[in-house]
Amino acid sequence: MSSTFDTIANIIAETCDIPRESIKPESHAINDLGIDSLDFLDIAFAIDKAFGIKLPLEQWTQEVNDGKATTDQYFVLKNLSARIDELVAAKGA
Amino acid sequence: MRLEYFQLIDRIVELDLTGRTIRTEATVPKTSTIFEGHFPGYPLMPGVLLIECMAQTSGWLIVALNRFERMPFLAAVKEAKLRTFVTPGQVLSGTAQLKHDGSGYAMTQARLEIGDKTVCEATLTFSVTPFPNPEMAQQMRETAKTIDFPLLGAPANG
Repeated sequence: MSSTFDTIANIIAETCDIPRESIKPESHAINDLGIDSLDFLDIAFAIDKAFGIKLPLEQWTQEVNDGKATTDQYFVLKNLSARIDELVAAKGA
Repeated sequence: MRLEYFQLIDRIVELDLTGRTIRTEATVPKTSTIFEGHFPGYPLMPGVLLIECMAQTSGWLIVALNRFERMPFLAAVKEAKLRTFVTPGQVLSGTAQLKHDGSGYAMTQARLEIGDKTVCEATLTFSVTPFPNPEMAQQMRETAKTIDFPLLGAPANG
């Protein structure tokens, strides 16, 4: 069974045509991989479907805009993986 | 349908919030200034307006699902196929189904038909945000009345 990170990385590679080997846990989806907000909607869609969750993009964006969080917390892939694991766990709770 | 005003839906035929589908209908006008240029001597409804018609069909579904509290703005068009010419006077039947309701966005599969023939289809992505101002929200409600929007004032889960 692949890890959450592997699933995300595969989704990003396929959706955005980015070489899989260049996608690392430390990669920032926006700053390092150059994914824009519109492309990220396709990624969010694929993640929502793959994990049966609803990424709270609006809430995250609001927190970043309000200075309550940094983009690193949500868009560095290892952190995104952790958030997804939390959402999956919360769904099953 | 008034092409110049982007009024591309005449009426909502069916709205199913449980199945998350909608059906609309619109008659292409017999005359329009748009046909003077598209094309001289051979009037056709422009493909971009067919896509807009699918977007508006989808948009009313998303507005309904969001109880008139949010507005969908077209953000992406995928796999659009324009299969036949559409000429003045033809009646377009629109259908849309919500494929995904995300956080701040939505995706639909939409198509237009004339009779039993598919005219066009596309997968559409919308940014779904609170209305930018109360005037626009009110205007949408007013427009909804003119196209037989069935759920004004009714519970949203109907």
